[in-house]
Amino acid sequence: MRRRDRRVSRAADGTFRLHLPDREREVLRTLPAQLRELLAVGDPALERLFPPAYLDDPEQQAEYASLVHDDLLRQRATSLEVMEETIDADRLDEEQLSAWLSALNDLRLVLGTRLGITEDMYEEGLPEEGPDAPKYAVYAYLGWLEEQVVAALAEGL
Amino acid sequence: MRGTLRASTAPVEVDRPAGDPGLERDVPWVVIVWNDPINLMSYVTYVLQKLFGYPREKAHRLMLQVHTEGRAAVSHGSKERAEHDTARLHAHGLWATMQRDS
Repeated sequence: MRRRDRRVSRAADGTFRLHLPDREREVLRTLPAQLRELLAVGDPALERLFPPAYLDDPEQQAEYASLVHDDLLRQRATSLEVMEETIDADRLDEEQLSAWLSALNDLRLVLGTRLGITEDMYEEGLPEEGPDAPKYAVYAYLGWLEEQVVAALAEGL
Repeated sequence: MRGTLRASTAPVEVDRPAGDPGLERDVPWVVIVWNDPINLMSYVTYVLQKLFGYPREKAHRLMLQVHTEGRAAVSHGSKERAEHDTARLHAHGLWATMQRDS
């Protein structure tokens, strides 16, 4: 990767440096609150964040959901909060970067679900024109950034 | 999953043995991860390494199986264990289900 494209790097002390241009931070800054709003009011795309554990047993599935749903919701809210609180940071510890990863992945899942992303769309290229073009651009950017976060965290495994 | 290989398959239907309720406690369960068009291949590999402690090669092989075959069994064990693993995968945004092992 070209040096100017690098956004996340692991420092010698085990923390991570964030090299995010201001304009990217401004895009990222608004996203956690948008997802939190969706989590509060509900949205069909959220089903992707809470998939069924049991495909053909509604009773067991209801029990599973009652056991884990609130925990999953809380974990997601916490990750969004960490990302928001550290959106201007130049350095993150591993726990904070892991929270960023969770938040970025949840954002991609919900945005991608709402855009109706399919495997074929990657080969055809995401639409660069039309009313949803800015959303596709954010989706593509989130994936590009998430790749870097994964690579940085995976170095430590 | 997003990546260079083509894949397909959505979780529509799963074969499952009828099962004997009396034996339920002894029947092993399996946790399955399904392919989806959004999660990054690198992310799925990373999550399998992190959650299950799998070596990178094994996690990568399972990820590729999900991607090319549409699904892969990623953990086995008691029902409680399977529910725990499924919930952790759901917390990480993976499309996981559990069923009795056949």
